[in-house]
Amino acid sequence: MASTMLSLASVSPSSSISIHDTHKGKIKLGSLERSNLFLKTEPVGRVSMVAAVNTSRFDGVTMAPPDPILGVSEAFKASTNEKKLNLGVGAYRTEELQPYVLTVVKKAENLMLQRGENKEYLPIEGLAAFNQATAELLFGADNPVIKEQRVATVQGLSGTGSLRLAAAFIERYFPGAKALISSPTWGNHKNIFNDAGVPWSEYRYYDPKTVGLDFEGMIADIKAAPEGSFVLLHGCAHNPTGIDPTPDQWEKIADVIQEKNHIPFFDVAYQGFASGSLDADAASVRLFAARGMELLVAQSYSKNLGLYAERIGAINVVLTSSDTAVRVKSQLKRLARPMYSNPPIHGAKIVANIVGDPTLFSEWKAEMEMMAGRIKNVRQKLFDSLCAKDKSGKDWSFILKQIGMFSFTGLNKTQTENMTNKWHVFMTKDGRISLAGLNLAKCEYLSDAIIDSYHNVS
Amino acid sequence: MALSTKLFQRSSSTAVFGARSMSWWRSVQPAPKDPILGVTEAFLADPSPNKVNVGVGAYRDDNGKPVVLECVREAERRVAGKLNMEYLPMGGSVKMVEETLKLAYGETSEFLKDKRIAAVQSLSGTGACRLFADFQKRFRPDSNIYIPVPTWANHHNIWRDAQVPQRTFHYYHPETKGLDFAGLIDDIKNAPSGSFFLLHACAHNPTGVDPSEEQWKEISYEIKGKGHFAFFDMAYQGFASGDPERDAKAIRIFLKDGHLIGISQSYAKNMGLYGQRVGCLSLLCEDEKQAVAVKSQLQQLARPMYSNPPVHGPLIVSTILGDPDLKNLWLREVKGMADRIIGMRTALRENLEKLGSPISWEHITNQIGMFCYSGMTPEQVDRLTNEFHIYLTRNGRISMAGVTTGNVGYLANAIHEVTKSA
Repeated sequence: MASTMLSLASVSPSSSISIHDTHKGKIKLGSLERSNLFLKTEPVGRVSMVAAVNTSRFDGVTMAPPDPILGVSEAFKASTNEKKLNLGVGAYRTEELQPYVLTVVKKAENLMLQRGENKEYLPIEGLAAFNQATAELLFGADNPVIKEQRVATVQGLSGTGSLRLAAAFIERYFPGAKALISSPTWGNHKNIFNDAGVPWSEYRYYDPKTVGLDFEGMIADIKAAPEGSFVLLHGCAHNPTGIDPTPDQWEKIADVIQEKNHIPFFDVAYQGFASGSLDADAASVRLFAARGMELLVAQSYSKNLGLYAERIGAINVVLTSSDTAVRVKSQLKRLARPMYSNPPIHGAKIVANIVGDPTLFSEWKAEMEMMAGRIKNVRQKLFDSLCAKDKSGKDWSFILKQIGMFSFTGLNKTQTENMTNKWHVFMTKDGRISLAGLNLAKCEYLSDAIIDSYHNVS
Repeated sequence: MALSTKLFQRSSSTAVFGARSMSWWRSVQPAPKDPILGVTEAFLADPSPNKVNVGVGAYRDDNGKPVVLECVREAERRVAGKLNMEYLPMGGSVKMVEETLKLAYGETSEFLKDKRIAAVQSLSGTGACRLFADFQKRFRPDSNIYIPVPTWANHHNIWRDAQVPQRTFHYYHPETKGLDFAGLIDDIKNAPSGSFFLLHACAHNPTGVDPSEEQWKEISYEIKGKGHFAFFDMAYQGFASGDPERDAKAIRIFLKDGHLIGISQSYAKNMGLYGQRVGCLSLLCEDEKQAVAVKSQLQQLARPMYSNPPVHGPLIVSTILGDPDLKNLWLREVKGMADRIIGMRTALRENLEKLGSPISWEHITNQIGMFCYSGMTPEQVDRLTNEFHIYLTRNGRISMAGVTTGNVGYLANAIHEVTKSA
């Protein structure tokens, strides 16, 4: 490109980022001096202009680190080994390891196409039919919180967007309040709270010794947190561990949260995907609601309806009165408007059409059972293979105890590197594998890889 | 199930926490109604058969009905149920972004060839502006944003929620209902060097007042002289004159003059994809390396907001723009929409003049794009709504897209009624 033009600014902005080019020879300018400075000029009206490159205001912008989860898929794509296996991102695959568009979704899309509906803006809070359907799905249509209109529901950009709206709301109305997140948790949770300006700390969750729940640690840390903290809980199918509290443990968690006047904040990304039953997977949320507690719940339809890229979800806030629900909803809208004005329509219509049609709804439930069933089968086969091949007597039953798309294998960073480098199994460094990316045919190969990594690598 | 008995046991201990049933959210006041979207809500609630909605800027055909473009319907037929819905990359659809940049920067733009543009798919124009505002806050924390008076109300909300302090610059001249060019230039000159300026690339919202080509050249010169950063909000490319190339003129002037600009683009109006939320944020960088770094940071901001953007809208956009026949159809349809609006401007002005209005209504045809800044006061607007069931925003902004051959007479009459004694 042409000659670099020295910045004509004579004063450098007092920014912490060095913009070295603008410091070059602080030029004081009158119009005469300007036109003499440069060789190449182009007449524009009565004024001589220079066609040249300005120095950038964003010189100090450094390269962001690659996303730890999405980066795994990229590495998988780049690998040429025929044995390669992608157990990275949590997107459901069929037994043939292909992406899957649910049949009910195709049907719903065709219906929408036939009807030829317009694409007008949704209201800020989203599609009314969707909001109603999603709240009913979560709490049950005859739940008192629904009947008494005590839930403020706003359509959000899948789970992420719904969590972000809630985090922004917390920052605005509970300044200084802390969020408590499990250790470990989905990597993006901390980014969301960071960017929303909500301080956070971790509560113990995963116990590497048992490859199970550190229940005592969890309760202790929730108890120790400042009163009025927001406790982020995974409604079902904990990501990344796959370890869920038992119903009894949920009761105790609710006890301590009430005792400390904390506010429960559920992330429900896998309703229906964990056990295969929509109602069963909502039990934890319903338990808390039944106690008369106020709570927040973020939902996503990425996995259970395979609508990943449509970005469809919702934030629900359960309040003690319908009046409060109206006010809270209005403020959630006020946060959404300067973020994206109103949410995308396509995914919302798909969900509303499916949930609103008894036939389609039944079909959906059947497809979900099928997806959850495939994952359970794969877990069983993996467990069986490991037991058959591993003569060390190690207890692999955690694979069966864990639930949902993911399994925390207990492998450490070096061991997972071995998985990738030697066995071409792509997974995240925390030892998480996505069972949705595994099929029965590959279970034996995977067992070999895990056994080798576990026993022969430290 | 075991749970239900446990619930029964729990109910006694809930009584202990009964005092806790006071809400956490007492302090939450009801939010004020959105001034723009609230208008449509009020319109929908009005039972009057004569009601007219000239509030929100969504295009209507001559029957007052929302329009789905033919090119869009065709694109939808092609994509329905075919592709899976796997996550897009954080930066969105690469294909759509490429096509979108061509529209703004030019089909054969050297900046595209040299890969100097950092660009990501965004949640329409709002999302693009917000991403930019957050980026500005993160990487230029000491900077302000200069916003024209008046502007789209949500601009204020966006930069405020991004915590970037706002300043204003003169734009609209109430006396002439045109551009306050001298005031604008003064403000550019008086702003501290290296300030950030928000400019509407074409079809200024809400006034419809655009600088002329000569004026844009002058604005570019002055902005360059002060080393300011120019950020363009282009929500109406194609919609202003009917010709997308022409509507990008201001941007092309700045590019030629060597500015490193930022652009927010939206397909809400020009492709009628409102509810799909399709747009693009781009920043012209010094070189490819910088563009890669900037893009990575934009993605870093998007990830905790929504992870990755929706797929459906961009599928439609890239299907249309990637097929020469569909693209030509789109261009014809956009021109058709722009022409209808220009026709309605003429009709409204003529009607008012025929009624013998004492005021000049020249500005209706001088202004361009979807909106007309009528010059009516909030009180006059209230009368229009309360007495005539005509819905518009209280700043007197009329969405010309809501004017039809069927209602232009009624609208002119009503406007005449409330302004004749002004």
